[in-house]
Amino acid sequence: MIRVDQNKNHLVNKISVENLYFYYGKFPALKDITIQIQDRQITALIGPSGCGKSTFLRCLNRMNDTIPNTRAVGKVLLDDKNIYSPDADVINLRSKVGMVFQRPNPFPQSIYNNVAFGPRVLGFDKSTKNLDDIVEESLRGAALWDEVKDKLDQDAQALSLGEQQRLCIARTIAVKPDVILMDEPCSALDPIATYEIEELMRILKEKYCIIIVTHSMQQAARVSDWTGFFWLGELVEFNHTHEIFTFPRSKLTHDYISGRAG
Amino acid sequence: MLDTKSTDQPYRKWVEFAIESLIRVIGFSSIGFVFLIFLFLMREGLTALLDVSWGNLLGTRWYPILDIYGVLPLLLGSILVTLIAILIALPLGVGTAVFVREVAPGWAREILKPMIEVMAGIPSVVLGFFGMTLLAPLFLKYLGLATGLTAFTGSVILAYMALPTIISVAEDALDAVPKSYRDASLAMGATQWQTIWRVVIPAARSGILTAIMLGLGRAIGETMLVMMVTGNAGRMPLTLDSLFRPIRTMTATIAAEMGEVAQGSSHYHVLFALGIILFLVTFIINLAAASAIFRKRRRGGLR
Repeated sequence: MIRVDQNKNHLVNKISVENLYFYYGKFPALKDITIQIQDRQITALIGPSGCGKSTFLRCLNRMNDTIPNTRAVGKVLLDDKNIYSPDADVINLRSKVGMVFQRPNPFPQSIYNNVAFGPRVLGFDKSTKNLDDIVEESLRGAALWDEVKDKLDQDAQALSLGEQQRLCIARTIAVKPDVILMDEPCSALDPIATYEIEELMRILKEKYCIIIVTHSMQQAARVSDWTGFFWLGELVEFNHTHEIFTFPRSKLTHDYISGRAG
Repeated sequence: MLDTKSTDQPYRKWVEFAIESLIRVIGFSSIGFVFLIFLFLMREGLTALLDVSWGNLLGTRWYPILDIYGVLPLLLGSILVTLIAILIALPLGVGTAVFVREVAPGWAREILKPMIEVMAGIPSVVLGFFGMTLLAPLFLKYLGLATGLTAFTGSVILAYMALPTIISVAEDALDAVPKSYRDASLAMGATQWQTIWRVVIPAARSGILTAIMLGLGRAIGETMLVMMVTGNAGRMPLTLDSLFRPIRTMTATIAAEMGEVAQGSSHYHVLFALGIILFLVTFIINLAAASAIFRKRRRGGLR
């Protein structure tokens, strides 16, 4: 694998993955992944379908645990703590590493209840904050407040798909995670809704470490600071986004982003 | 080839017509029979209003021999036994459905589901037999009752009878909840139990409501079982301890007395009036169930 020095002094290492392997049964979906992901940056993962980028994303909040007959080997350090160590708390991990899914999946409940779900489930400090404030703050954070402030008690599934996806982002940031994982968050959306989500990501990056899996190389080029290229379960190249798209070090990366492979 | 086909044509047309007519006759006749039964029930039952005064009908005592036909104790008896049965069956049924769908490992689900279907097939008279010879003596001994044949005994067995319906319909409702809701909840850091309680069950709400309604419908119409285990004493269940005393339901009354009643007598007509009440109650329950299903469909269309 080809890498460059990432340690510019203003960057903080948030997630370090060391020699991670992941197996579906006996099939190795990820092979020897080593990567450092920086806080308050957007990291995009690109590659053809089935290359392991989504699997890798789901390793970071251990959502793969819900799939039977799978196994992860290696280390994933979040703030220098291994999330795969035997004493790691999965519930606590997932409250720190939020996730936005490919298809918007708000609960069939009111807009308010969707955003309030996390704080209610995880508990929040009632002495300093009330739930209404958390809901408003989260919806503002997801650039949705002005559109929904008058209909908070309406069914969330009556919103447009783009609004639903921003609601899912509001629901995620309501529990104040450190990291937000996005699994092709725009693939079900039209170009305008996609644009709105991308704008939102640029704002969210000020506070959160964002990792996005995307099929669209243009999207990766537009929004991300770092890009990792996956191919057949391996991380082929990881670099600054502008480097990857202008001077790819690997021939495979070059072929993929220029449309000759994949 | 072409020739034979053209000579076949009128014959085939005729067969087509015959089959179509037959299906139409069968379809309409089954609807017609239901309608005729309904008419018959109304004709025989509504006559009771001419024979017996309203005051008598709405009285609190049922003594047909003395021409006292108060249906309230029977109506309340039916309602009490059914409601308590549902109160028992609801947590057990939904709990079992949640266990089978959400918690049990795959192999256990494979065993449990057919077992629940088999449970639904036990004839109610067998359940009544079980209640009479096993449960009633047990309650008599351990609850310190005057008799084991009480409303409570009936409710417990009715609950058992309604369980398979409730479990399988509720399980289907849980199964229809998309995996993406569960994923979203788990990815927020919710535990499995929080996910079930706050996301999956609310999302399956209307299906679970339908399950309850269908269970209710089964329980209120049940005859043989309640006749065998509830003691059949037509008294008003007004105090709390009525639950642990004998009671009499509308269905048991009709079954027990219809065979010996003089055809065309007031008693005969009042029994049919009981049938009308029973029909109305079941109709309302089915209507409620149907509207719950309808609401669910409409919600589904929203997406």
